[in-house]
Parts: sequence; structure tokens; C-alpha cells
Amino acid sequence: MTPQPPDGTAPPPRPEPKQPPDAQRPADAERPAAPDPGTPVARRLVLGMLGLGAAGVAAAPYVQKGIDSFLGAAADKDPTGLTGLFPNSSGFRYYSVADSVRKKTPATYRLDIGGLVERPVSYTLAQLRALPQTRVVRDVQCVTGWRVPDTPFEGVRLSHLLDLAGVKPTGRAVRFLCFDGTYSESLTLDQARRDDVLVALKMQDKDLPHNHGGPVRLYVAPMYFYKSAKWLSGINVTDRVLPGYWEELGYDVDAWVGRSNGRTDTPTV
Amino acid sequence: MTSTPGSAGPTDAPTPRPSELPTRVRRFTRAERLVHRATATLTLLCVATAACLYVPALAELVGRRHLVVTVHIWTGVLLPAPYLLGLASRAFRADLALLARFTSYDKEWVRAVRQRRFHRPAGKFNAGQKLYAGWIAGAALVMLGTGLLMWFTHLAPLAWRTGATFVHDWLALAMGVVIAGHLWMALTHPESRVGMRTGEVDRAWAKDEHPHWKP
Repeated sequence: MTPQPPDGTAPPPRPEPKQPPDAQRPADAERPAAPDPGTPVARRLVLGMLGLGAAGVAAAPYVQKGIDSFLGAAADKDPTGLTGLFPNSSGFRYYSVADSVRKKTPATYRLDIGGLVERPVSYTLAQLRALPQTRVVRDVQCVTGWRVPDTPFEGVRLSHLLDLAGVKPTGRAVRFLCFDGTYSESLTLDQARRDDVLVALKMQDKDLPHNHGGPVRLYVAPMYFYKSAKWLSGINVTDRVLPGYWEELGYDVDAWVGRSNGRTDTPTV
Repeated sequence: MTSTPGSAGPTDAPTPRPSELPTRVRRFTRAERLVHRATATLTLLCVATAACLYVPALAELVGRRHLVVTVHIWTGVLLPAPYLLGLASRAFRADLALLARFTSYDKEWVRAVRQRRFHRPAGKFNAGQKLYAGWIAGAALVMLGTGLLMWFTHLAPLAWRTGATFVHDWLALAMGVVIAGHLWMALTHPESRVGMRTGEVDRAWAKDEHPHWKP
């Protein structure tokens, strides 16, 4: 915003560079008609904002917790939901890479398991609910920084579904497909067999709502939340890891919380 | 000897009065208006995509996260471009020099606004316009800096990035309010809008709203 001197022909109010900034102040009232260099307000505003911005970046770790707890307390007493519009590092944020995602009901939902397995199978929601359920309570950590503490997920262990289908000896990895038509994810077979990796049917002890990836999503507790694909519709056993949607765009395939994507968050497991 | 109007007969047109000033005066050149239009377009795209990334209801409505992020990032990065190109225009540089400094009547303008008086002296730009220009330029630079820290995640340690996200989020909110104010002022001041659209304003309006401006 620093003005460039207009070459040669100058408009009336020009800064006089050699004059100290305070020198003209008392003279203002006495000679209003004389060329008035004026106060460099724009420069002060720009430098002031830059200073405030830098201070904000530095102070954020100390200020943020207080603001989050204040907004959290305010949200409890806020029937309008307007507090939800303020920046807040806790709480879920909705990310979808597809244009629009059609809802699936218990009647229309299917989970197909195929690829390098002995017994390909297609589950209905009722069939998934009838299998043994596991509940895992961990923090959810997004790679963009937000974290939701102690979030219960409940569903069928992925390892159990893989055992039921019978992985062929050539199987090395698992690829996940989603009914949003765009998203995909992958895990190695060893990662997929961990007992904190679920095909989740419930979150926070309620049926998974559509905007959180319901009726069925993947939940990979030890990894950044982009691994926990929403709207899960297919599980294919493959002979190698195929990078998923965000991984094609540069995110890490092995997305351990705190040990990947250049981040040092506290691990969730 | 050449004849003068009116001398050939009673039907001839009367001679116009010689020294009458035109009713429209020039306020902005084409280059300045282009800079404004390009900046406004980029800003609106940047703000609209920001809303789609940030407001959950809009995010659910729009989806297409990768596309929205791409538009947001590039409109943000390109935002200073019209300004920098505009520096090639002498009129634009001259107006920047006017916008950059507060004169004695600008301080008077601020006092008048505070005391709700109607006489608010101003040059080509009033003090409110000068404050807006300086603040929004500084804020845009902060958004650019924090945005780059969030984009190139390997540039800086995590604490910086968390801080950058914090500043980017809150300043976005403040800028939303301020830009809405700018749009409100445009909406309620049709002659200012005409000036920005056609480059010319009514002479009487200029004398009224910008008495110290001598176009």
C-alpha cells in the first residue's frame, strides 16, 4: 500500500520524505491551505495488521484453548446455533470431495467384499448389525488440525470381516470404495487386521448420520481421519497398496497420527 | 466574413453560453476501474469458496472439496495481481497516494462521524475510504501469509501452522464483516457506484460529498 511517487507531475498532497512525521502536527491548524503531507494512515494500518497477524500466530497456542472452552460453554446455552459459526478447533468439520452424496437407507445399503478372497459377499445393514460389535473410544485427529477428544465408534472389526471372507495367500492390501462415487482409501493387510480398525455403524453411541459418512464408514483409530473413509460401500483385497483419493494428491499413505504428513500431533492410540 | 450563429435568421440555434462546466466529472480511469473489477471478482470468489469450506451447511450442500480448495487458493494468491498491474497506471498511483494519507480534514471527518454531525469534509476519498483501503490491504497480506503457511505444510513447524490457521479463521470472520460493510456502503450510495462503473460522477454530488476534491 506504500504509494509509488507519480513520476514528475504530482497531485497536490504529496509526502515530503525528509520531514519527520510529527513536525507538521502543530502547524496543521495554522496553515490549512498549505500543502499538507498528512499522516501515513495506510502504512500504519498495513504494518499494524501485519504485526497483529504475527502476534496472533505466536499467541494462538495460548489463546486458542481459552477461546475453545468459552465457545464450548456458550454453545451449550445457545439455542440459535450461531456460536457454531465461530472458528473453533474442536468439533467435527464436514469434508466431502464429491458433488453430492445420495443417502442410503437400511433397505438400499450394501457392503460388497471381494477381490482376492475365497468367498465374496454382500452384506445388508441388518447383517452387519448381527455380527459381533466392538466399541473403541479414541481421539479423532484430522490432518488439517482439528481434534475431537474421546469419540466412541462402534461396529464390526475389519479383521473379522476379512476372516469371514477368507483372504487368499496373494492378498497384501485392502482397498476401500465409497458410494459417494469418488473417494477411496487403502490399508496394508497388517494395518487392516489391527483390532482398532472398524467398519463402524455407530458414532458417539448413535447410528452414523449421513453427514458423518453413514450408515457405514471405516474407522482407523491410529491414523489421520482421512483414512476413515465415509460412506463405505466396498472392500477389495488387492495384491498391493493402491493410493487413495487424498494420497494421489500428496498425503501420506501410512497416515499414523503424529508420525506422518509432517505433523507432530499426540498419537491417538 | 463568416457568419455567426443567429445571424442568418430567427430559426438558427442560440449560441451556447461559453464557460459552462460539464455536469459530469471524471473520477476513475478505465485502468482503475479494471483494477477494481478484477480485485472485486477475485475477492468474491475467494470469500464464497471460503464460506463453502467453512460453514458446515454450505460444505454439505456443495461438496467437491478439492475443486473448492483449488479455487480458494488460486483466487487468494492472485488477489494482489490487479493491484500490482495497476501500478503501471499513473492515475492509479496518484489515487493510492491520496488514499494513503490522512489530512487535517480527514481527522475532522472522523470527529464528525463520531459526533454524528452532517458536515463531513473530504478530499477525493473520505477518511472512511482511506481507513478501509489501508485495513483491507493489511488484512489481505496477513491472509496471504497465513494461507501460504497452511498450503505449504512443510514450510514451517506445526505450532506456526496451528497459529496460522487460528489467525486465518478469525481474520476471515472480521474481513467478512468489513467487506459486507463495503458492499453496504456501495449499495446505499448509487452515485459512488456510477462513478466506479462509468468513471464519471455528477459535479454537484462531487462538490457535496468531496468538497476538497478539485477534479
